[in-house]
Amino acid sequence: MTERYDVLVVGAGPAGLAAASTAAAHGARVGLLDAQPRAGGQVWRHDVRKNAPRAAREAIAALHGVTLLAQHSVIASEDGALRVEIPQGSTLLTYGALVLATGARELLLPFPGWTLPGVSGAGGLQALTKQGWPVAGKRVVVAGSGPLLLAAAATLRAHGAKLVGIHEQASAESVHAFARQLLHWPARATQAALLRAKLAGVPYRFGSVVRQAHGEDALRMVEIDGAHGTSLVDCDLLAVGYGLVPNVELAQLLGCALDHGHPHPHVQVDELLRTSVPAILAAGEACGIGGLAVARIEGAIAGHMAAGHQDDARALLPERDRARRFGALLARHFAPGARVHALATPQTLICRCEDVPLGALDGYADARDAKLATRCGMGACQGRICGTALAELGRFPRGAGRPPLFPARLATLAGLALSSSDASRSST
Amino acid sequence: MSVAGYDLIVIGAGIVGAACADAASADGLRVAIVEPGPVGGGATAAAMGHLVAMDDDPAELALARYSLRQWEAFADLKEAEFSRCGTLWVARGENELASAATRAARLDAAGVEAQLLDAQQLYELEPELAPGMSGGMLVPREAVVYPPRVAQHLVRRAQARGAVLYAGRRVQALRRGGAQLDDGSMLSGPVLVATGCALPALLPQLPMRARKGHLVITDRYPGVIRHQLLELGYADSAHGDADSSVAFNVQPRPTGQILLGSSREFSATDAAVSPAMLRRMLERCFSFVPALRELQAVRAWTGFRPTTPDGRPYLGAVPGSTDQWVAAGHEGLGVTTALGSARLLLDLIRNRQPAIDPAPYSPSRMAA
Amino acid sequence: MSASVRLQVNGQPVDVPDGATVAAAVAHWTLHFRTSVSGEARAPLCGMGVCFECRVRIDGVAHQRACMTPARDGMQVDSHD
Repeated sequence: MTERYDVLVVGAGPAGLAAASTAAAHGARVGLLDAQPRAGGQVWRHDVRKNAPRAAREAIAALHGVTLLAQHSVIASEDGALRVEIPQGSTLLTYGALVLATGARELLLPFPGWTLPGVSGAGGLQALTKQGWPVAGKRVVVAGSGPLLLAAAATLRAHGAKLVGIHEQASAESVHAFARQLLHWPARATQAALLRAKLAGVPYRFGSVVRQAHGEDALRMVEIDGAHGTSLVDCDLLAVGYGLVPNVELAQLLGCALDHGHPHPHVQVDELLRTSVPAILAAGEACGIGGLAVARIEGAIAGHMAAGHQDDARALLPERDRARRFGALLARHFAPGARVHALATPQTLICRCEDVPLGALDGYADARDAKLATRCGMGACQGRICGTALAELGRFPRGAGRPPLFPARLATLAGLALSSSDASRSST
Repeated sequence: MSVAGYDLIVIGAGIVGAACADAASADGLRVAIVEPGPVGGGATAAAMGHLVAMDDDPAELALARYSLRQWEAFADLKEAEFSRCGTLWVARGENELASAATRAARLDAAGVEAQLLDAQQLYELEPELAPGMSGGMLVPREAVVYPPRVAQHLVRRAQARGAVLYAGRRVQALRRGGAQLDDGSMLSGPVLVATGCALPALLPQLPMRARKGHLVITDRYPGVIRHQLLELGYADSAHGDADSSVAFNVQPRPTGQILLGSSREFSATDAAVSPAMLRRMLERCFSFVPALRELQAVRAWTGFRPTTPDGRPYLGAVPGSTDQWVAAGHEGLGVTTALGSARLLLDLIRNRQPAIDPAPYSPSRMAA
Repeated sequence: MSASVRLQVNGQPVDVPDGATVAAAVAHWTLHFRTSVSGEARAPLCGMGVCFECRVRIDGVAHQRACMTPARDGMQVDSHD
C-alpha cells in the first residue's frame, strides 16, 4: 500500500511541526511522521500530568491540512519511497519533497556504574517523567552538561522529585561567561532566570562530575568529584547527560552528505536548508545543535522550500542566522572536558547491548574491526549509544549505516503491507 | 627499496588465507601475511559460518568432508563460538523427500551421519515450520561458527610461530620472485593468493565473479528454531546459473539470534542492501517459518561470494608457475572448506601426496 | 477517554494516566526491565527509543521498547523474562 504526499516531514518536534504547517499553508498535501504516539518531539514532549508549553500546544493545533502520522517509524528507503513501520504492519510513502526534522538525542557517556537501573540520561529522565515515570518523593541527582540539566531538573521538581543537587561539569567561569552572553538573547536570559527560580534551594555546582554510580541491582549512591573534593551522595535516581547529538542516521541512509563535525556529524545543508540530495531538506537539531528557536525558524524555512516558495524562505534567513549563533555559544561553553572523557575504565562497559568492556576495544584500528572482533555495536541500538560515545571519546568516528534504520519486524523489511486499515492515522 | 624474504607470502587474510598462513607456519615455513583490511573482514565477515557437507558435487563433498574433520579441533575454542546445532534439510513434497533419501545415502557413504525424517519427526524437531512439509534430513553433527574471530585466531597462531602480518598493506602486483606492496616495498618468496573476489587484480587469467548475497539477523529469540534449516532446493540456487535466486537458509546463533539467508545475484556490483532482493529472500523464509514475520530484525548486510565458472575453488599452482599458488573461489563454502583447502595447498607446495584428489580444483582446468 | 489505564506488569496490576507509556507502568513495580547478555539488570537509559534497554514483552510479543509504547487497558507486560 503506497501513499503519496507532496511534502513528507519526518519528525514532529518543533522543527517538523513548523515545516508541516508552513508547507500545508501553501496548499501542499503534507504528511508529518513521528515514531512517538504524539507530536512534540523531545523538547515539546507531551507530559501526562502537566500542560505542554503554550507554544507547543499552539504548534500542534496549527496542523490544518496536515496528516499527522503518529507511531510511524521510517525503516528504509525503497526506490525513493520511505518504508515505514506502523503498529499493524508497514506502509510505503512517496513524496515530492522530504523534510528531515529528526532532531537530536542525548550524549550519554560511560562511567563506572552507568548500567545500573536508576541511572538514565538527564533528558532521558525528563522524557521518562513526562511519560508518567514515578519520581514523586524520589531523591534525584542531576548531572552532566548544559542548560538541559536545569530544564530536566525543573520537570523533575514539578513532578514531586526531591532534587539533591545539580552537577555541571563545566567550570564556573565557563557557565558565568555563557550567562553574560545571554544578554544578547534576552528571551533566553529570561527563560534561564525563570528556570533558576523554579530550582531555588537546589544546590547547583560547577566543575562537578559524577565519577561512579554505586548499587547492587539498582542505584543507591553516587560518587561526585567536585570543586572541593569527592563526596558520596545517597540517591534513588541519577539523571546524567552531556549535551545533545544530531540524529543523522536517516539523512545518511538517504545518501545526504554529512558535515563531519568533530566529534559528531550533522546534516550538511546550504543556506536554504537543501541537503546534497535533490528534494530533501533538513531543519533543526539534525543540522547542528541549535536549540528551540533554531528548530522553529528552520522548520518554517524548510516548509516554505518544500512547498516551492523560496522567497518566503529567504525572508526568514536573518532570523535564522541569529538563532544559529546561540547554538554555537552552547557548544563553546558546555562541551564535556577531558575529565569526563576519562571517567570510564577498561572494565566499564562501552557497548550495553552486547556487554563489551571499553578495554576490549584496545588494539583495533577502526570501529568495524573492533565490531567484528568484540561484537561492540552489533546490538539492538545499532551502535547509536556506544558509537556516539566512542566518537566523543575520540576512539572511532561513527560509520555509515544500513537499513533497517531502527530494528523492525522482518515482515516490514520484506515490505509486507498493512494487514488491516491504518487505525493510528489522524487527519487534522 | 626494502625487500624481505619468506618461504611463503600469503596474500589475503580472510578465513582461507588465515587457514593457509596457519598451516604453512605449522609446517615450519617462514610466512608473511598481507591484508589491507581487518583480518576476516571480507566475505568471511559476511558469511553465515555454517560448517556443512554439501553433497551435490562429489569433489565439493570430498573437500568438505576433509575440512570438516579438521574443524572438530575448534569445537572448544572460545573464539570460534562453535555450536553443534546440526543441519536440518526440509522437504516440501514427496519428490523432495525422495531426493532427501538419495542425499542421506550419499552422505552416509561419505561417512557423514544423516537421518531421514518423516513429517512427524520433522515437526517434533522444529515445531515452527509451516504446515505441509513432508519430512527432511537431519545431519546432527554439523555446527556453526563465527568466522571472523576464527580467522583472527589462525593469524595470531601463525604469528606466534613467527609469521609476519603486514596489516593495512595491499599487494599491488605479483613480481618475479615475490610481491610488491602498495608502499613500494617488496616481499620475496613464493606467493599464495587467497584474495577471494579480488583475485582478478592479481591473477586475471583465472575467471572469478562476485556473487552478492544478503543476510539479516534478528534480536534474541532462543528456541524458535533449533537447527540450521535449509530447503532441499538450496543447491539449485547455489549451483544454478540464474542471475538471481533465493533459497531458504536460516541459522540459530548461539546468542539466540536468528540469521536469515540466502540470496545470490551475479549482476549486482554495489554492496547496498536491495529491498527487492530482501523481499524475495525473506518471503522465501516466511514460507517455511511463518513466525519469522513478527521477529525484530536488527541488522541487514550483504557480502560477495567469490565464484568460479564451475563453482569449485582454485586450489593449486597458478598455471605456468612454480612459485605462485592460489586458494580462492570458494563460493558459499569458504568457511567449511578453508581448513581442508589450506592442508591441500600445503601438501602441493611441499610436494607431498595430498589426502584428497586435487585435480578437480586445479587452476589449470580453466586455462584458456 | 478515561483518565487512567489499568494493565498488568509481571502479573501485578498497575494504574497509570492515559497517555503514559509501558515504561512508566513497569517502573511502578520494578526497575528490572531486561537482563543483559552477561546477566545484569537493566532499565531505560535514554527515555526516547534509542538505547533499547527498556525492551519488555507486551501481550506475548518480545523486544518491545516500553518507552515508545503507550500503555493500554488490559495489556500484559512481562519484564526480564
